[in-house]
Amino acid sequence: MSGSWRRVLAAPGALIGCVVIAAILGLAAFAPFIAPYDWNATSQCRRLAAMSPEHWFGCDLFGRDIASRVMVGARYSLAMGISTVAISLVFGAMLGVVIGYCGGRVDRIGARLIDAMLCFPPIILAILIVAVLGVGLWNAALAVGISGIPRFARITRSATLSLAARDFVEAARAIGSSDGRVVLRHLMPNLAPILIVLATLDLGTAVLFTATLSFLGLGAQPPTPEWGAMLNAGREYVRYAPWTMVFPGLALFLTVMAVNLVGDRLSAVLDPRQRAR
Amino acid sequence: MTAQALVRRLLGVIPTLLITWTVVFGAMRLVPGDPVLLMLQGTPISDAAMDAARAKLGVDRPFVVQYVSFLLGAAQGDFGDSFRSRQPVTKLIAAEFPYTLQLALGGLLVGVVLGVSLGTAAGVWPGGWIDTLCMTAALAGLSLPSFWIAMLLIQVFATQLGWVPVLGTGLNALILPSISLGLFIAGGLARLIRNSIIDVMAQDYIRTARAKGLTAFRVVAKHAARNAMIPPLTLLGIQFAVLIGGAVVTETVFARPGIGRLLVQAVLEKDFPVVQGVVVLTTAAYVLINVLIDIAYGIIDPRVQS
Repeated sequence: MSGSWRRVLAAPGALIGCVVIAAILGLAAFAPFIAPYDWNATSQCRRLAAMSPEHWFGCDLFGRDIASRVMVGARYSLAMGISTVAISLVFGAMLGVVIGYCGGRVDRIGARLIDAMLCFPPIILAILIVAVLGVGLWNAALAVGISGIPRFARITRSATLSLAARDFVEAARAIGSSDGRVVLRHLMPNLAPILIVLATLDLGTAVLFTATLSFLGLGAQPPTPEWGAMLNAGREYVRYAPWTMVFPGLALFLTVMAVNLVGDRLSAVLDPRQRAR
Repeated sequence: MTAQALVRRLLGVIPTLLITWTVVFGAMRLVPGDPVLLMLQGTPISDAAMDAARAKLGVDRPFVVQYVSFLLGAAQGDFGDSFRSRQPVTKLIAAEFPYTLQLALGGLLVGVVLGVSLGTAAGVWPGGWIDTLCMTAALAGLSLPSFWIAMLLIQVFATQLGWVPVLGTGLNALILPSISLGLFIAGGLARLIRNSIIDVMAQDYIRTARAKGLTAFRVVAKHAARNAMIPPLTLLGIQFAVLIGGAVVTETVFARPGIGRLLVQAVLEKDFPVVQGVVVLTTAAYVLINVLIDIAYGIIDPRVQS
């Protein structure tokens, strides 16, 4: 794995991506200490004040410092993105491995169900789930997470099918390992690289997706300084104060781009078919 | 593709639709609260009127009966009346559909033109700076929040330069929404086309074409590009999901009428018949488009007979 990481970082794009991710992680971790102002304190300056040395990114309608809000917002966007991927990954992988390992009728029915779930355009499925759960930050993350389960399940299932036919699985069963042990000790470690790549590739989309739901008013609600919600809040007066939307959006774009750069390179390094290119 | 295979493929859609519609039905039943109270949205009601309303909505019937009548309704495009406007859901969707279709076609046009150009350029010269540039641009397209780029476009081209109207449904007002929707599609498409071009450029017939002394342009335009477009074409069906998702966002930012905005409004207003109708219809459209593309694929590329 360490050799792979070295090869990942050998690409300038991935290196830049890693640096940006590290910076944003640092920002998220230390936001309350670095942020020049309280993210929720109003009347820090004139309403919709433009960018200035005191307020780098300007101020919003309530006179809150946008720079501080963007910094704290990193926490929400990352937390929502990561928890979303965690939900898709854990449940999708479990489902896929069980279906693939059981085989037979379980596999036929399971595969059919997964294919049917993939027939929902992802954002439509997420919106449907938000409609059921209700609007909110964590409900939106849960919705996007659930809507990603079929995707993870499908790929895990097909990888499991090919692994389960291999000799080491048969050997493990021959020496009397229980099914649980085969899945956890033999299949899972072999699935891990695929799942890591998939999760990394999915993280960028997940951050974008949850921010999109917040922008639509279905996710984080004001005054939460989530980037999508900030863009939504700034919509009405954006023509008078474009900085209210430029910086939260830029932060979102840079985060997603950085994650995608790393994910892209990671999948290229770990996928032998692409390595030749 | 034989007629028998065609029929089998089309019939295969039915179980898929049945599963998705069952999910939608189940999801709507999981919504907390009485549908009649949701429909009234706070207006006080007598017990008798309540019972009458329940009977009218059909929610007093046994669960199985409700399920079957939902499926029958869905198959005929009947989703009941909106809680809000009290109009048939199908009518509301039909009224919004043309706007979403325009937007989708505009976005697809921008996406295909940009995606094919970037992808071909990168695929013809892989490994060089052109490749890096095009693929970074493609990745940026995939990473750009479409609502953000939409707001930037409005700010620059509509508010500051005044080249296009901010609002409206004319052709002029379609330009910026199409661009903001198309960028994401272009990003995905460019990556697919690049890989496809690289595969095709390694084929024998390309070597033959070169050996015949054709110019590099003719080799790419006549021999490589045509063959390289086939694999991405099959993924055009997946782009429908992207278009619908993009339409939800784009219509909201540009305050355009359309199905996406109808859906978001319906969720915010807890107008569940509308949510149900939009989800069922978009899913059905998605499934059907993918089947049609599958069939078309078999016709375009005779090598595929599966």
